[in-house]
Amino acid sequence: MSNINQGAEKIYTDLKSKAEEINSAREDKTIVMVGTATCGKAAGAIDVREAFIEEIKHKNINAEVVEVGCIGHCYAEPLIIISKPGFPSLSYGNVDEGLSRRLVEDFLIGDDPCYEFALAALDPNDEFPTFSDFPRGVFEEKVILEQCGLIDPEDIDQYIAVDGYHALVNALGKEPGDVVEMIKESNLRGRGGAGFSTGTKWEICRNAIGPVKYVICNADEGDPGAFMDRSILESNPHQVIEGLMISGYAVGASQGFIYVRSEYPQAVRRINTALKQAREKGLLGENILDTGFDFDIEVFLGSGAFVCGEETALINSMEGKTGMPRHRPPYPAVEGFRGKPSIINNVKTLSYVPHILRKGVDWFKGIGTPDSPGTAVFALVGKVENTGLVEVPMGTTLRTLVFDVGGGIRKEKEFKAVQIGGPSGGCLPESALDIPIDFDSLQEAGAVMGSGGLVVLDENDCMVEIARFFLDFTQKESCGKCTFCRLGTKHMLDILKRITIGQGEMEHIEILGELALDIKNGSLCGLGKTAPNPVLTTLRYFMDEYVEHIEGKRCPALMCQELINFYIVPKKCSKLCSACVGSCPVEAIFTRDDGLKAIDLDKCVKCNSCPAACPPEYDAIIKVSPPEVVEELEKENA
Amino acid sequence: MFDLELSAEEKEVIISQVSEILGQHKHNCENLVPMLQEVQQKLGYVPELAMEIIADALGVPAVSVYGIVTFYNQLRLNPPGDHEIKVCMGTACHMIGGQIILDSFERRLEIVEGETTLDRKFSLERVACVGCCAIAPVVVVDDYVDGKVTPTRVDGILLAFENTGKDKKQEQQEEKGEGQE
Repeated sequence: MSNINQGAEKIYTDLKSKAEEINSAREDKTIVMVGTATCGKAAGAIDVREAFIEEIKHKNINAEVVEVGCIGHCYAEPLIIISKPGFPSLSYGNVDEGLSRRLVEDFLIGDDPCYEFALAALDPNDEFPTFSDFPRGVFEEKVILEQCGLIDPEDIDQYIAVDGYHALVNALGKEPGDVVEMIKESNLRGRGGAGFSTGTKWEICRNAIGPVKYVICNADEGDPGAFMDRSILESNPHQVIEGLMISGYAVGASQGFIYVRSEYPQAVRRINTALKQAREKGLLGENILDTGFDFDIEVFLGSGAFVCGEETALINSMEGKTGMPRHRPPYPAVEGFRGKPSIINNVKTLSYVPHILRKGVDWFKGIGTPDSPGTAVFALVGKVENTGLVEVPMGTTLRTLVFDVGGGIRKEKEFKAVQIGGPSGGCLPESALDIPIDFDSLQEAGAVMGSGGLVVLDENDCMVEIARFFLDFTQKESCGKCTFCRLGTKHMLDILKRITIGQGEMEHIEILGELALDIKNGSLCGLGKTAPNPVLTTLRYFMDEYVEHIEGKRCPALMCQELINFYIVPKKCSKLCSACVGSCPVEAIFTRDDGLKAIDLDKCVKCNSCPAACPPEYDAIIKVSPPEVVEELEKENA
Repeated sequence: MFDLELSAEEKEVIISQVSEILGQHKHNCENLVPMLQEVQQKLGYVPELAMEIIADALGVPAVSVYGIVTFYNQLRLNPPGDHEIKVCMGTACHMIGGQIILDSFERRLEIVEGETTLDRKFSLERVACVGCCAIAPVVVVDDYVDGKVTPTRVDGILLAFENTGKDKKQEQQEEKGEGQE
């Protein structure tokens, strides 16, 4: 074994020195890195990239434009990083074509780094603060997101230059059983949602009988509000591939699959490129690094069914059937894909594996809490200042996440709740903000970690409406196999719909509670078992809002469309401005004889355009609930 | 779903495309979903004729193939419009007004979600989450992701197609072709 490993080590060292050579050749060159993960692209990163390429060509400068993934600061996208010799590497946020041209002119040609536009420096220096000087940087601890947005995902050499694939070499030098033991000892828990021990899963599969085994990376991230898997695949695909290979070696598989959503075309493209490059380097395929280990990976495209994120449904869909879950046991680790023992691990779970191999079990256990070691990755979105991907140690409180890492609530509104864990999760109120989050504490509070979507809600968000939204989602995505999940969620949804349009009755609340328990007990898979969670948590923490909807026929958050109306306060309206008239898509706003504006309620579609358009110095358009209040106000002001 | 009357020419195209796809895969059930995905990628939808040919090749009843096509959200039974509009209905988008954006498109295009306009110019769909939650609400128009959309922006998006007409369409297709390389 040790001879073989010396050989592998030598091959790897050669690969690495070549990669470093290529990298150092770039060091005396100016490099502009443009974050072009899907989120960056959506914010306009492609135009920014084009502007840089054009300007650089036009001005004939010795600089290179490289596409990278996402560094997680999505609120400031499009993001770029400029590394110019003699200056600290600087990142700039909210870049547009104009700023691109200015940076080329002033920084690339001149020597002015335009600090006024810079977001942060990447490494500590004497001139400009770094991301770790941000309030958020103090609480963040990046492990699996560390290289995201800083290396070119389509260039394997950049991954190798930062020690990439060395964990694989390391693993190949051990007995497979020792690798399993190491992961087991690290107490790594599956980041796909349920938090099952990864090492135990591997051990079951390793001990299962049979010469053919499979390892599958579950990249079917379907939770609305979660995008970390997409971001990792687009920003650092090799990290996932390396993790999957190590799992393959550990359990004795020679074939791996990456099951990825077809809704993520860019992730698919970047994985395929990464696989091709790994094969070319001899890191994937037959006789890897001359160790006799054969392993290859295929990409399987999911077709947009949420339930396929559940491992047995995922297997069914890979076998060409409808993606319906099966009874467990037998667990997939014993009898999975094609009836063979199969490991299914999430993108994030696999991403931790190379790090654990490289830095050791004790390092990993030193982060987070004793029962949930490591970090947690959240997609922090909603009504929070600094949206984006964050990685914090397990055990961080929700308050820290929302207020310190996320920078608090947007527009100085009141915090209302966080919705955590997607449709299987729940809504937690202010009083739950001080819970240190890990797999177990969240379960006690009625929510789950899920894949890590974290939506922050403020005073303008209606909790009944959000419960309805998630039920609508799970009801549509239910595969229909279990009666309770199929019909129970439908019934719950009907009740919630009636409450949001003012037709609810008090006895509905009791029925909701009963149905929730039945659905939990009567469903086979995670989708059904957790579908009632958003309803249960909102009933538990926000009962008063349900009561207001049912008894008062009003929506306190002014969100449920059937229960509100828009009204222009005559005293505040400026006769001179017609911003609201122009903003209305259905011509419902008109100018009265006295010059003031008013809304024709028959035409109004309650689209929220006019309050947004009304200049803040007037702030004349308000929402009222119940809708009849408008008539009273009109009488008062007549 | 429309009652599609396919011309002989269209049928010819379907048959040749599907045979080509069948030629590239082993004829077993594991390849069924990938084959259907390829059919949709080439034709924009999965026509009844294609389902029949594939069922025949795999030796399974056509209804099993139909069952697969209807189970997965990605696969569609009717042809898309020249421009595909997908409105994101993820949590973040929903809370910041995704439904209002969908309503606006429905009102402007005079169709409901899942339909194609009569002139086949636009089709409208809702998608569960495109993973761009930070810039909600999000609309994907022909693979181009547009964030922070408002009802007036909806008018703008549609107006852009009207104003530039065919040139814009060609431009988009070129862009699309480039993006898929």
